[in-house]
Amino acid sequence: MAMMDTSAAEIRQLFVGGQASAREITHSCLEVIRQRDGNIKAFLHVDEAGALDQARLVDEKRARGEALGQLAGVPVALKDVLCVRGQPTTCGSKILASFTPPYDAHVVARLRQADAILVGKTNMDEFAMGSSTENSAYHTTRNPWDLERTPGGSSGGSAAAVAAGEVPLAIGSDTGGSIRQPAGLCGIVGMKPSYGRVSRFGLIAYGSSLDQIGPFARNIADAALLLACVAGHDARDSTSVERAVPAYAQMSEQPLRPLTIGVPREFFGAGLDGEVEKAVRAALEVYQGLGATIRDVSLPHTRFAVAAYYLVATAEASSNLARYDGGHFGRRATMFDNLIDMYCRSRGEGFGAEVKRRIMLGTHVLSSGYRDAYYVKALKVRRLIKQDFDEVFNNCDVIIGPTSPTPAFKLGEKVGDPLAMYLSDVYTISANLAGLPGISIPCGFTGSGLPIGLQILAAPFEEQKLLQVARMFERETDWHDRRPG
Amino acid sequence: MSLDVEQIRWIAHLARLELADDEIDGLARDLNAIVSYMDQLQQLNTDGIEPLAHPLDVKNVFREDVPASSLAVDEALASAPDRRGNYFGVPAVLD
Repeated sequence: MAMMDTSAAEIRQLFVGGQASAREITHSCLEVIRQRDGNIKAFLHVDEAGALDQARLVDEKRARGEALGQLAGVPVALKDVLCVRGQPTTCGSKILASFTPPYDAHVVARLRQADAILVGKTNMDEFAMGSSTENSAYHTTRNPWDLERTPGGSSGGSAAAVAAGEVPLAIGSDTGGSIRQPAGLCGIVGMKPSYGRVSRFGLIAYGSSLDQIGPFARNIADAALLLACVAGHDARDSTSVERAVPAYAQMSEQPLRPLTIGVPREFFGAGLDGEVEKAVRAALEVYQGLGATIRDVSLPHTRFAVAAYYLVATAEASSNLARYDGGHFGRRATMFDNLIDMYCRSRGEGFGAEVKRRIMLGTHVLSSGYRDAYYVKALKVRRLIKQDFDEVFNNCDVIIGPTSPTPAFKLGEKVGDPLAMYLSDVYTISANLAGLPGISIPCGFTGSGLPIGLQILAAPFEEQKLLQVARMFERETDWHDRRPG
Repeated sequence: MSLDVEQIRWIAHLARLELADDEIDGLARDLNAIVSYMDQLQQLNTDGIEPLAHPLDVKNVFREDVPASSLAVDEALASAPDRRGNYFGVPAVLD
Protein backbone atom coordinates (compact mmCIF):
# COMPACT_ATOMS: atom_id res chain seq x y z
CA MET A 1 0.00 0.00 0.00
CA ALA A 2 1.14 3.57 -0.68
CA MET A 3 1.44 5.14 2.73
CA MET A 4 3.12 8.38 1.88
CA ASP A 5 -0.02 10.42 1.32
CA THR A 6 -2.34 8.59 3.65
CA SER A 7 -3.40 10.45 6.79
CA ALA A 8 -3.21 8.91 10.24
CA ALA A 9 -7.00 8.86 10.47
CA GLU A 10 -7.22 7.00 7.14
CA ILE A 11 -4.55 4.50 8.14
CA ARG A 12 -6.45 3.74 11.34
CA GLN A 13 -9.64 3.27 9.31
CA LEU A 14 -7.88 0.90 6.89
CA PHE A 15 -6.60 -1.10 9.82
CA VAL A 16 -9.79 -1.14 11.88
CA GLY A 17 -11.87 -1.90 8.78
CA GLY A 18 -9.68 -4.89 7.95
CA GLN A 19 -8.29 -3.56 4.64
CA ALA A 20 -4.72 -3.60 5.93
CA SER A 21 -2.89 -5.33 8.75
CA ALA A 22 -0.64 -3.44 11.12
CA ARG A 23 2.18 -5.60 9.79
CA GLU A 24 1.54 -4.46 6.20
CA ILE A 25 1.28 -0.84 7.27
CA THR A 26 4.50 -1.09 9.28
CA HIS A 27 6.39 -2.80 6.45
CA SER A 28 5.24 -0.13 4.05
CA CYS A 29 6.34 2.62 6.44
CA LEU A 30 9.75 1.01 7.02
CA GLU A 31 10.19 0.65 3.25
CA VAL A 32 9.53 4.36 2.67
CA ILE A 33 12.03 5.21 5.43
CA ARG A 34 14.60 2.95 3.72
CA GLN A 35 13.99 4.64 0.36
CA ARG A 36 13.95 8.23 1.51
CA ASP A 37 15.85 8.62 4.72
CA GLY A 38 19.25 8.15 3.09
CA ASN A 39 18.81 11.67 1.69
CA ILE A 40 16.76 13.26 4.47
CA LYS A 41 18.47 11.66 7.49
CA ALA A 42 15.52 12.38 9.76
CA PHE A 43 16.06 9.30 11.94
CA LEU A 44 18.75 8.51 14.47
CA HIS A 45 17.48 4.96 15.10
CA VAL A 46 14.84 3.00 13.24
CA ASP A 47 13.45 0.28 15.49
CA GLU A 48 12.36 -2.25 12.88
CA ALA A 49 12.15 -5.19 15.27
CA GLY A 50 10.23 -3.26 17.93
CA ALA A 51 7.83 -1.79 15.37
CA LEU A 52 7.09 -5.20 13.85
CA ASP A 53 6.60 -6.73 17.32
CA GLN A 54 4.13 -3.99 18.20
CA ALA A 55 2.37 -4.50 14.84
CA ARG A 56 1.98 -8.20 15.58
CA LEU A 57 0.47 -7.44 19.00
CA VAL A 58 -1.97 -4.95 17.48
CA ASP A 59 -2.93 -7.42 14.74
CA GLU A 60 -3.58 -10.08 17.38
CA LYS A 61 -5.70 -7.65 19.33
CA ARG A 62 -7.81 -7.02 16.23
CA ALA A 63 -8.08 -10.75 15.54
CA ARG A 64 -9.41 -11.29 19.08
CA GLY A 65 -12.05 -8.63 18.48
CA GLU A 66 -10.77 -6.37 21.26
CA ALA A 67 -11.34 -2.62 21.34
CA LEU A 68 -8.67 -0.84 19.31
CA GLY A 69 -6.89 2.34 20.36
CA GLN A 70 -7.13 5.80 18.85
CA LEU A 71 -3.95 5.28 16.84
CA ALA A 72 -4.35 1.57 16.12
CA GLY A 73 -1.86 0.56 13.45
CA VAL A 74 -0.58 4.10 12.88
CA PRO A 75 3.22 4.57 12.66
CA VAL A 76 4.56 7.36 14.88
CA ALA A 77 8.13 8.69 15.12
CA LEU A 78 9.52 10.09 18.37
CA LYS A 79 12.02 12.87 18.84
CA ASP A 80 15.04 11.35 20.56
CA VAL A 81 14.42 13.54 23.61
CA LEU A 82 11.86 11.01 24.91
CA CYS A 83 12.82 8.01 26.99
CA VAL A 84 11.79 4.68 25.51
CA ARG A 85 12.43 1.64 27.65
CA GLY A 86 15.29 -0.44 26.28
CA GLN A 87 15.81 1.76 23.21
CA PRO A 88 18.76 4.07 22.57
CA THR A 89 17.85 7.57 23.77
CA THR A 90 20.64 10.00 22.95
CA CYS A 91 18.99 13.44 22.95
CA GLY A 92 21.30 14.14 20.01
CA SER A 93 24.31 14.07 22.36
CA LYS A 94 27.47 12.00 22.60
CA ILE A 95 27.16 12.08 26.37
CA LEU A 96 24.10 9.81 26.10
CA ALA A 97 25.45 7.64 23.26
CA SER A 98 25.26 4.48 25.36
CA PHE A 99 22.15 5.30 27.42
CA THR A 100 19.11 3.03 27.30
CA PRO A 101 16.35 4.20 29.66
CA PRO A 102 14.80 1.67 32.04
CA TYR A 103 11.34 3.23 31.62
CA ASP A 104 8.97 4.79 29.06
CA ALA A 105 8.12 8.48 29.02
CA HIS A 106 4.47 9.19 29.82
CA VAL A 107 3.66 10.07 26.20
CA VAL A 108 5.34 6.86 25.02
CA ALA A 109 3.20 4.81 27.40
CA ARG A 110 0.12 6.67 26.14
CA LEU A 111 1.04 5.94 22.51
CA ARG A 112 1.48 2.25 23.29
CA GLN A 113 -1.95 2.23 24.98
CA ALA A 114 -3.37 3.86 21.84
CA ASP A 115 -1.95 0.92 19.80
CA ALA A 116 0.38 3.16 17.79
CA ILE A 117 3.43 1.65 16.08
CA LEU A 118 6.61 3.36 17.34
CA VAL A 119 9.02 3.20 14.39
CA GLY A 120 12.03 5.02 15.78
CA LYS A 121 13.78 8.05 17.16
CA THR A 122 14.36 11.22 15.17
CA ASN A 123 17.28 13.58 14.98
CA MET A 124 17.45 16.81 16.95
CA ASP A 125 19.77 19.55 18.09
CA GLU A 126 21.77 18.27 21.06
CA PHE A 127 19.59 18.55 24.19
CA ALA A 128 17.04 20.43 22.01
CA MET A 129 19.36 23.44 21.88
CA GLY A 130 19.22 24.88 18.41
CA SER A 131 17.01 26.02 15.57
CA SER A 132 18.41 23.99 12.67
CA THR A 133 19.18 20.43 13.91
CA GLU A 134 22.80 21.14 12.95
CA ASN A 135 23.77 20.86 16.62
CA SER A 136 23.09 17.11 16.58
CA ALA A 137 26.22 15.20 17.57
CA TYR A 138 25.32 12.54 14.98
CA HIS A 139 24.37 13.97 11.60
CA THR A 140 22.65 16.80 9.77
CA THR A 141 19.01 16.41 8.75
CA ARG A 142 17.91 17.95 5.45
CA ASN A 143 14.75 19.79 4.52
CA PRO A 144 12.69 17.58 2.16
CA TRP A 145 11.80 20.66 0.08
CA ASP A 146 15.45 21.56 -0.55
CA LEU A 147 18.22 19.24 0.59
CA GLU A 148 20.65 22.16 0.87
CA ARG A 149 18.51 23.73 3.57
CA THR A 150 17.71 23.13 7.22
CA PRO A 151 14.46 21.49 8.32
CA GLY A 152 14.56 23.85 11.30
CA GLY A 153 15.04 22.73 14.86
CA SER A 154 15.33 21.52 17.37
CA SER A 155 12.74 18.88 16.37
CA GLY A 156 14.03 18.92 12.77
CA GLY A 157 14.10 15.14 12.41
CA SER A 158 10.45 14.71 13.40
CA ALA A 159 9.35 17.53 11.07
CA ALA A 160 11.40 16.24 8.13
CA ALA A 161 10.16 12.66 8.61
CA VAL A 162 6.53 13.80 8.42
CA ALA A 163 7.11 16.24 5.55
CA ALA A 164 8.96 13.56 3.53
CA GLY A 165 6.06 11.12 3.96
CA GLU A 166 8.15 8.69 6.01
CA VAL A 167 5.58 8.71 8.83
CA PRO A 168 2.13 10.30 9.15
CA LEU A 169 2.76 11.48 12.71
CA ALA A 170 5.65 12.42 14.94
CA ILE A 171 6.20 13.79 18.42
CA GLY A 172 8.41 16.78 19.13
CA SER A 173 9.19 19.08 22.02
CA ASP A 174 9.01 22.87 22.04
CA THR A 175 11.00 25.02 24.47
CA GLY A 176 11.22 28.16 22.34
CA GLY A 177 9.62 27.15 19.05
CA SER A 178 11.19 23.74 18.46
CA ILE A 179 7.92 22.25 17.14
CA ARG A 180 6.38 25.27 15.42
CA GLN A 181 9.51 26.53 13.63
CA PRO A 182 10.47 23.20 11.95
CA ALA A 183 6.79 22.59 11.10
CA GLY A 184 6.73 25.99 9.39
CA LEU A 185 10.01 25.42 7.53
CA CYS A 186 8.92 21.94 6.40
CA GLY A 187 5.36 22.87 5.34
CA ILE A 188 3.46 20.75 7.87
CA VAL A 189 1.33 21.18 10.99
CA GLY A 190 3.12 21.43 14.35
CA MET A 191 1.54 22.27 17.66
CA LYS A 192 2.89 23.30 21.05
CA PRO A 193 0.20 22.74 23.68
CA SER A 194 -0.23 24.97 26.73
CA TYR A 195 2.40 24.52 29.42
CA GLY A 196 1.00 21.80 31.68
CA ARG A 197 -1.23 20.16 29.06
CA VAL A 198 1.07 17.17 28.40
CA SER A 199 3.13 15.38 31.04
CA ARG A 200 6.86 15.89 30.72
CA PHE A 201 7.67 12.68 32.62
CA GLY A 202 10.41 10.95 30.62
CA LEU A 203 11.14 14.02 28.50
CA ILE A 204 14.82 14.85 28.85
CA ALA A 205 14.68 18.29 30.46
CA TYR A 206 16.08 21.45 28.89
CA GLY A 207 14.14 24.45 30.28
CA SER A 208 11.64 22.98 32.71
CA SER A 209 9.35 26.02 32.93
CA LEU A 210 9.23 26.22 29.10
CA ASP A 211 9.33 22.65 27.71
CA GLN A 212 6.16 21.10 26.23
CA ILE A 213 5.59 18.01 24.11
CA GLY A 214 3.41 18.20 21.02
CA PRO A 215 2.38 16.68 17.68
CA PHE A 216 3.55 16.95 14.07
CA ALA A 217 1.16 15.92 11.28
CA ARG A 218 0.31 16.71 7.66
CA ASN A 219 -3.14 17.98 8.54
CA ILE A 220 -4.88 19.50 11.52
CA ALA A 221 -7.23 16.60 12.23
CA ASP A 222 -4.25 14.25 12.58
CA ALA A 223 -2.47 16.70 14.88
CA ALA A 224 -5.62 16.87 17.02
CA LEU A 225 -5.83 13.08 17.11
CA LEU A 226 -2.24 12.77 18.33
CA LEU A 227 -2.68 15.55 20.90
CA ALA A 228 -5.81 13.84 22.23
CA CYS A 229 -3.78 10.66 22.81
CA VAL A 230 -1.02 12.30 24.84
CA ALA A 231 -2.73 15.16 26.72
CA GLY A 232 -3.86 15.00 30.32
CA HIS A 233 -2.74 14.82 33.91
CA ASP A 234 -0.01 12.48 35.09
CA ALA A 235 0.89 12.28 38.77
CA ARG A 236 4.56 11.86 37.83
CA ASP A 237 4.74 15.44 36.49
CA SER A 238 3.37 17.84 39.09
CA THR A 239 3.22 20.61 36.48
CA SER A 240 0.80 18.63 34.32
CA VAL A 241 -2.54 20.13 35.24
CA GLU A 242 -5.60 18.34 36.52
CA ARG A 243 -8.01 19.69 33.94
CA ALA A 244 -10.40 17.69 31.81
CA VAL A 245 -9.04 17.00 28.32
CA PRO A 246 -11.52 18.23 25.71
CA ALA A 247 -12.29 15.89 22.79
CA TYR A 248 -9.68 17.45 20.51
CA ALA A 249 -10.19 14.84 17.81
CA GLN A 250 -13.91 15.73 17.50
CA MET A 251 -12.97 19.02 15.96
CA SER A 252 -15.55 21.48 14.77
CA GLU A 253 -15.73 21.92 11.01
CA GLN A 254 -17.66 25.13 11.50
CA PRO A 255 -15.84 28.46 11.24
CA LEU A 256 -15.61 30.16 14.62
CA ARG A 257 -18.03 33.10 14.68
CA PRO A 258 -17.61 35.70 15.91
CA LEU A 259 -13.83 35.57 15.59
CA THR A 260 -11.48 38.41 16.43
CA ILE A 261 -7.87 37.97 15.34
CA GLY A 262 -5.16 40.08 16.91
CA VAL A 263 -2.28 40.89 14.59
CA PRO A 264 0.69 42.17 16.62
CA ARG A 265 2.47 44.95 14.74
CA GLU A 266 5.74 43.85 16.40
CA PHE A 267 5.60 40.61 14.35
CA PHE A 268 5.84 42.54 11.08
CA GLY A 269 8.92 44.67 11.67
CA ALA A 270 12.49 44.70 10.39
CA GLY A 271 13.92 41.27 9.59
CA LEU A 272 10.68 39.80 8.24
CA ASP A 273 11.13 38.34 4.76
CA GLY A 274 8.88 40.00 2.14
CA GLU A 275 7.49 36.74 0.75
CA VAL A 276 6.69 35.48 4.25
CA GLU A 277 4.87 38.72 5.06
CA LYS A 278 2.89 38.54 1.82
CA ALA A 279 1.74 34.97 2.53
CA VAL A 280 0.72 35.83 6.11
CA ARG A 281 -1.21 38.92 4.96
CA ALA A 282 -2.97 36.79 2.33
CA ALA A 283 -3.91 34.29 5.05
CA LEU A 284 -5.44 37.10 7.10
CA GLU A 285 -7.55 38.00 4.05
CA VAL A 286 -8.80 34.42 3.94
CA TYR A 287 -9.93 34.80 7.55
CA GLN A 288 -11.56 38.12 6.75
CA GLY A 289 -13.43 36.40 3.94
CA LEU A 290 -14.75 33.95 6.57
CA GLY A 291 -16.14 36.80 8.64
CA ALA A 292 -13.27 37.33 11.07
CA THR A 293 -12.47 40.76 12.48
CA ILE A 294 -8.80 41.63 12.15
CA ARG A 295 -7.48 43.87 14.89
CA ASP A 296 -4.13 45.64 14.95
CA VAL A 297 -2.67 44.95 18.40
CA SER A 298 0.58 45.53 20.25
CA LEU A 299 2.78 43.24 22.31
CA PRO A 300 5.10 46.04 23.40
CA HIS A 301 7.73 43.89 25.14
CA THR A 302 8.32 41.63 22.13
CA ARG A 303 11.68 43.22 21.42
CA PHE A 304 12.93 42.03 24.81
CA ALA A 305 11.66 38.47 24.40
CA VAL A 306 14.74 36.88 22.82
CA ALA A 307 16.99 38.27 25.55
CA ALA A 308 14.62 37.27 28.36
CA TYR A 309 14.08 33.82 26.87
CA TYR A 310 17.76 32.96 26.43
CA LEU A 311 18.47 34.06 30.02
CA VAL A 312 15.67 31.93 31.48
CA ALA A 313 16.26 28.94 29.20
CA THR A 314 20.02 28.79 29.72
CA ALA A 315 19.70 29.29 33.48
CA GLU A 316 17.30 26.35 33.68
CA ALA A 317 19.48 24.32 31.30
CA SER A 318 22.64 24.84 33.34
CA SER A 319 20.82 23.37 36.32
CA ASN A 320 19.09 20.54 34.43
CA LEU A 321 22.26 19.44 32.67
CA ALA A 322 24.23 19.24 35.92
CA ARG A 323 23.01 15.64 36.15
CA TYR A 324 25.29 14.55 33.27
CA ASP A 325 28.42 14.06 35.30
CA GLY A 326 29.60 10.60 34.29
CA GLY A 327 28.43 9.14 37.60
CA HIS A 328 25.28 7.11 37.13
CA PHE A 329 24.66 6.88 33.40
CA GLY A 330 25.97 8.28 30.16
CA ARG A 331 29.53 8.86 29.11
CA ARG A 332 32.36 8.86 31.65
CA ALA A 333 35.82 10.07 30.66
CA THR A 334 38.43 7.31 30.70
CA MET A 335 41.25 9.40 32.19
CA PHE A 336 40.82 11.57 35.28
CA ASP A 337 42.61 12.39 38.55
CA ASN A 338 39.73 12.61 41.04
CA LEU A 339 35.96 12.97 41.33
CA ILE A 340 35.74 16.64 40.29
CA ASP A 341 38.10 15.97 37.42
CA MET A 342 35.88 13.06 36.35
CA TYR A 343 32.90 15.44 36.20
CA CYS A 344 34.81 18.13 34.29
CA ARG A 345 36.35 15.78 31.74
CA SER A 346 33.21 13.70 31.19
CA ARG A 347 31.23 16.86 30.51
CA GLY A 348 33.98 18.52 28.48
CA GLU A 349 34.26 15.46 26.23
CA GLY A 350 30.56 14.64 26.10
CA PHE A 351 28.89 17.97 25.31
CA GLY A 352 29.00 19.80 21.98
CA ALA A 353 29.79 23.48 21.43
CA GLU A 354 26.26 24.92 21.68
CA VAL A 355 25.42 22.96 24.81
CA LYS A 356 28.64 24.18 26.44
CA ARG A 357 27.82 27.73 25.38
CA ARG A 358 24.37 27.56 26.99
CA ILE A 359 25.60 25.88 30.17
CA MET A 360 28.25 28.60 30.47
CA LEU A 361 25.75 31.39 29.85
CA GLY A 362 23.24 29.90 32.28
CA THR A 363 25.89 29.36 34.96
CA HIS A 364 27.08 32.94 34.54
CA VAL A 365 23.63 34.51 34.82
CA LEU A 366 22.87 32.51 37.97
CA SER A 367 26.24 33.13 39.59
CA SER A 368 26.85 35.32 42.59
CA GLY A 369 26.76 39.00 41.67
CA TYR A 370 24.95 38.48 38.35
CA ARG A 371 21.75 36.68 39.32
CA ASP A 372 19.66 39.81 40.02
CA ALA A 373 20.96 41.72 37.02
CA TYR A 374 20.27 38.91 34.57
CA TYR A 375 18.14 36.00 35.74
CA VAL A 376 15.75 37.88 38.04
CA LYS A 377 15.55 40.76 35.57
CA ALA A 378 14.57 38.28 32.84
CA LEU A 379 11.83 36.84 35.07
CA LYS A 380 10.39 40.33 35.55
CA VAL A 381 10.42 40.90 31.80
CA ARG A 382 8.77 37.50 31.46
CA ARG A 383 5.86 38.77 33.56
CA LEU A 384 5.55 41.87 31.38
CA ILE A 385 5.48 39.66 28.26
CA LYS A 386 2.76 37.49 29.77
CA GLN A 387 0.74 40.60 30.73
CA ASP A 388 0.98 41.83 27.12
CA PHE A 389 -0.66 38.60 25.96
CA ASP A 390 -3.30 38.66 28.72
CA GLU A 391 -4.31 42.11 27.60
CA VAL A 392 -4.62 41.14 23.93
CA PHE A 393 -6.64 38.02 24.77
CA ASN A 394 -9.15 40.19 26.65
CA ASN A 395 -10.28 41.44 23.24
CA CYS A 396 -9.09 38.81 20.76
CA ASP A 397 -9.72 35.08 20.34
CA VAL A 398 -6.36 34.33 18.78
CA ILE A 399 -3.16 36.02 17.67
CA ILE A 400 -1.89 35.39 14.15
CA GLY A 401 1.47 36.14 12.55
CA PRO A 402 4.40 34.44 10.84
CA THR A 403 5.98 31.40 12.52
CA SER A 404 9.50 32.44 11.50
CA PRO A 405 10.94 35.59 9.96
CA THR A 406 12.36 33.74 6.95
CA PRO A 407 11.82 30.48 5.08
CA ALA A 408 14.30 27.62 5.64
CA PHE A 409 17.86 28.93 5.63
CA LYS A 410 20.82 27.12 4.10
CA LEU A 411 22.70 24.53 6.12
CA GLY A 412 25.81 26.15 7.55
CA GLU A 413 24.45 29.68 7.13
CA LYS A 414 24.09 30.50 10.83
CA VAL A 415 26.33 27.90 12.47
CA GLY A 416 29.14 30.39 13.17
CA ASP A 417 26.84 33.05 14.62
CA PRO A 418 24.89 31.83 17.67
CA LEU A 419 23.13 35.15 18.20
CA ALA A 420 21.77 35.17 14.62
CA MET A 421 20.46 31.64 15.25
CA TYR A 422 18.76 32.79 18.48
CA LEU A 423 17.10 35.70 16.68
CA SER A 424 15.43 33.30 14.22
CA ASP A 425 13.16 32.26 17.15
CA VAL A 426 11.83 35.77 17.64
CA TYR A 427 8.11 35.01 17.00
CA THR A 428 7.88 31.66 18.76
CA ILE A 429 9.65 32.11 22.10
CA SER A 430 7.15 34.47 23.75
CA ALA A 431 4.52 31.71 23.79
CA ASN A 432 6.85 29.53 25.89
CA LEU A 433 7.58 32.36 28.32
CA ALA A 434 3.81 32.88 28.76
CA GLY A 435 2.82 29.17 28.61
CA LEU A 436 0.48 29.65 25.63
CA PRO A 437 -0.59 27.03 23.09
CA GLY A 438 0.51 27.70 19.52
CA ILE A 439 0.31 26.02 16.15
CA SER A 440 2.11 26.45 12.84
CA ILE A 441 0.17 25.58 9.68
CA PRO A 442 1.21 25.83 6.01
CA CYS A 443 0.13 29.13 4.43
CA GLY A 444 2.05 29.37 1.19
CA PHE A 445 5.35 28.98 -0.61
CA THR A 446 8.13 31.28 -1.71
CA GLY A 447 8.89 31.79 -5.40
CA SER A 448 11.65 29.19 -5.05
CA GLY A 449 9.23 26.64 -3.57
CA LEU A 450 10.00 26.82 0.16
CA PRO A 451 7.09 26.45 2.59
CA ILE A 452 5.86 29.32 4.75
CA GLY A 453 4.29 28.79 8.19
CA LEU A 454 1.41 30.70 9.78
CA GLN A 455 1.52 30.83 13.56
CA ILE A 456 -1.69 30.98 15.59
CA LEU A 457 -1.54 31.53 19.36
CA ALA A 458 -4.36 31.29 21.89
CA ALA A 459 -4.85 31.86 25.61
CA PRO A 460 -3.70 29.04 27.93
CA PHE A 461 -5.74 25.82 27.56
CA GLU A 462 -7.66 27.04 24.52
CA GLU A 463 -6.26 24.32 22.26
CA GLN A 464 -9.73 23.56 20.93
CA LYS A 465 -10.24 27.09 19.73
CA LEU A 466 -6.75 27.04 18.21
CA LEU A 467 -7.54 23.87 16.27
CA GLN A 468 -10.89 25.19 15.10
CA VAL A 469 -9.36 28.44 13.86
CA ALA A 470 -6.54 26.54 12.13
CA ARG A 471 -9.04 24.19 10.49
CA MET A 472 -11.04 27.14 9.08
CA PHE A 473 -7.99 28.13 7.04
CA GLU A 474 -7.08 24.58 6.05
CA ARG A 475 -10.58 24.00 4.60
CA GLU A 476 -10.23 27.05 2.38
CA THR A 477 -6.72 26.38 1.07
CA ASP A 478 -4.66 23.52 -0.34
CA TRP A 479 -1.16 24.42 0.87
CA HIS A 480 -1.17 21.39 3.17
CA ASP A 481 -1.76 19.07 0.19
CA ARG A 482 1.53 19.94 -1.50
CA ARG A 483 4.35 17.45 -1.16
CA PRO A 484 8.08 17.87 -1.74
CA GLY A 485 9.28 16.53 -5.11
CA MET B 1 30.40 44.60 30.80
CA SER B 2 32.75 42.18 29.16
CA LEU B 3 33.93 38.80 30.32
CA ASP B 4 37.65 38.13 30.24
CA VAL B 5 39.41 34.79 29.91
CA GLU B 6 39.84 34.48 33.69
CA GLN B 7 36.09 34.92 34.22
CA ILE B 8 35.37 32.33 31.52
CA ARG B 9 37.65 29.90 33.37
CA TRP B 10 35.82 30.64 36.63
CA ILE B 11 32.39 30.01 35.06
CA ALA B 12 33.69 26.77 33.52
CA HIS B 13 34.88 25.73 36.98
CA LEU B 14 31.44 26.46 38.48
CA ALA B 15 29.82 24.49 35.63
CA ARG B 16 32.29 21.58 36.00
CA LEU B 17 33.29 21.82 32.35
CA GLU B 18 36.78 21.13 31.11
CA LEU B 19 37.52 23.43 28.20
CA ALA B 20 40.47 23.53 25.81
CA ASP B 21 42.24 26.86 25.35
CA ASP B 22 40.72 27.43 21.90
CA GLU B 23 37.26 26.72 23.33
CA ILE B 24 37.83 29.36 25.99
CA ASP B 25 38.76 31.94 23.37
CA GLY B 26 35.69 31.09 21.31
CA LEU B 27 33.42 31.23 24.35
CA ALA B 28 34.84 34.59 25.42
CA ARG B 29 33.94 35.96 22.00
CA ASP B 30 30.47 34.34 21.81
CA LEU B 31 29.41 35.03 25.39
CA ASN B 32 30.45 38.67 25.17
CA ALA B 33 28.34 39.13 22.04
CA ILE B 34 25.37 37.36 23.64
CA VAL B 35 25.64 39.09 27.02
CA SER B 36 25.88 42.52 25.40
CA TYR B 37 22.66 41.68 23.51
CA MET B 38 21.06 40.64 26.84
CA ASP B 39 22.13 43.96 28.35
CA GLN B 40 19.30 45.69 26.45
CA LEU B 41 17.00 44.43 29.23
CA GLN B 42 18.64 46.98 31.51
CA GLN B 43 16.90 49.74 29.50
CA LEU B 44 13.56 48.53 30.76
CA ASN B 45 12.27 49.80 34.08
CA THR B 46 10.95 46.78 35.99
CA ASP B 47 10.60 48.39 39.42
CA GLY B 48 7.70 46.83 41.32
CA ILE B 49 7.26 43.95 38.83
CA GLU B 50 7.12 40.51 40.44
CA PRO B 51 9.41 37.94 38.81
CA LEU B 52 7.52 35.20 36.94
CA ALA B 53 9.42 31.94 37.32
CA HIS B 54 6.70 29.69 35.98
CA PRO B 55 3.68 30.11 33.69
CA LEU B 56 1.28 28.12 35.87
CA ASP B 57 0.00 29.21 39.23
CA VAL B 58 0.59 25.84 40.90
CA LYS B 59 2.50 25.24 44.07
CA ASN B 60 3.04 22.46 46.57
CA VAL B 61 1.39 19.66 44.64
CA PHE B 62 1.05 16.82 47.13
CA ARG B 63 0.17 13.21 46.62
CA GLU B 64 -0.59 10.32 48.94
CA ASP B 65 2.48 8.44 50.13
CA VAL B 66 1.62 5.06 48.63
CA PRO B 67 4.21 2.27 48.54
CA ALA B 68 4.89 1.02 45.01
CA SER B 69 7.48 -1.16 43.33
CA SER B 70 10.67 0.54 42.14
CA LEU B 71 13.25 -0.33 39.50
CA ALA B 72 15.06 -3.61 39.90
CA VAL B 73 18.75 -3.22 40.74
CA ASP B 74 19.89 -4.60 37.38
CA GLU B 75 17.67 -2.15 35.50
CA ALA B 76 18.81 0.80 37.58
CA LEU B 77 22.46 -0.09 37.02
CA ALA B 78 22.17 -1.07 33.37
CA SER B 79 23.60 2.22 32.06
CA ALA B 80 26.16 2.69 34.85
CA PRO B 81 29.63 3.58 33.51
CA ASP B 82 31.25 1.60 36.33
CA ARG B 83 29.06 -0.95 38.05
CA ARG B 84 30.57 -2.50 41.16
CA GLY B 85 28.30 -5.18 42.50
CA ASN B 86 25.05 -3.47 43.36
CA TYR B 87 26.62 -0.01 43.43
CA PHE B 88 27.71 2.80 41.13
CA GLY B 89 31.50 3.00 41.18
CA VAL B 90 33.03 6.49 41.46
CA PRO B 91 36.45 7.79 42.52
CA ALA B 92 36.92 8.43 46.24
CA VAL B 93 35.12 11.58 47.36
CA LEU B 94 37.51 12.14 50.29
CA ASP B 95 41.24 11.47 50.19
